[in-house]
Amino acid sequence: MARKVPEINAGSMADIAFLLLIFFLVTTTMDTDKGLQRKLPPMPDNENIDNNTAPPVHKRDVFVVLINSQDQLLVQNEPCDITQLKEKAKEFIANPANKDNLPEKANKYVEGLGREIFLCKKAIISLQNDMGTSYNAYISVQNELARAYDELRDEFCTKEWGKKFADLDQTKQDIVRGDIYPQIISEAEPKNLGGGN
Amino acid sequence: MAVFKKKNGKELAALSTASLPDIVFMLLFFFMVSTTMREVTLNVEIKYPEATQLSKLEKKSLVTFIYAGPPVKQLRHQFGKEAQIQLNDRFASASEIQSYIATEREKMKEADRPKMTVSLKVDKTTRMLTVTEIKQALRKAQALKINYSARSK
Repeated sequence: MARKVPEINAGSMADIAFLLLIFFLVTTTMDTDKGLQRKLPPMPDNENIDNNTAPPVHKRDVFVVLINSQDQLLVQNEPCDITQLKEKAKEFIANPANKDNLPEKANKYVEGLGREIFLCKKAIISLQNDMGTSYNAYISVQNELARAYDELRDEFCTKEWGKKFADLDQTKQDIVRGDIYPQIISEAEPKNLGGGN
Repeated sequence: MAVFKKKNGKELAALSTASLPDIVFMLLFFFMVSTTMREVTLNVEIKYPEATQLSKLEKKSLVTFIYAGPPVKQLRHQFGKEAQIQLNDRFASASEIQSYIATEREKMKEADRPKMTVSLKVDKTTRMLTVTEIKQALRKAQALKINYSARSK
């Protein structure tokens, strides 16, 4: 006959578990690392590169966004509120009405789709900030511009494949990202204008 | 005089705490899975800016962090309120970023080096002066993939 094994007292189990729990609560963080992904332009090889060697850019192809040290925006030489920036950027990037003062449009053969699409040849967003601009304003401008691109891409994808950009496979995403609406945000070297301190 | 009721002899049964460890363990596992270890002690106060178009940082091993912001309260008398750059556990100047990136890159596997991402964890009140210094240093260090850390709105 098997002898009865005395029961182990599990009363302190809760204490041990609590101790572990508190240890993890203290030493870990809930940081989910999210952010705006960007690519910096490489440093020019030698400092005295002639500025004239850069390909000429037409004025109509550039969308100028300036942020001053008071976090105010100047978009295409007009003061603008951050809430209107996205719409203005969208109109610039896509130029739906084919206006003269917005980027030139032309039929462009897109290899991934195998046909021509009526697109802006070149649409560059030029962003310049002051030394005194706050990081918060800078990020919100970056975010609005990213939103403009994302919404246009979504619109195109819905029309083309009936799906949102995020739901497409990698090759289709690359087509849209590379050929249809490439995100070209050029950042000029910041200037110290507005006594930003 | 008040009359006390006689005890009925029927005492309240003790509350069973047998399931308490289970509950606590469940909590413990939740925290173990959903959180990450703190790698550096932050010497700067960071309140992230808010944004909507966020993407997640994928592989932790490919990411290097640079922190910037005003020093925490305990260090303010020493360093003042101006934004500081923090690399690893100490404050640094922008000129040190290049060597910091180089050493971090050395630690990575050969194949992973081109995929290196630098996450900028910057307080939202910081002036662009500091951020631009960091960005220029990163360009010099050839670390071009960056990620502006932000909170979802």
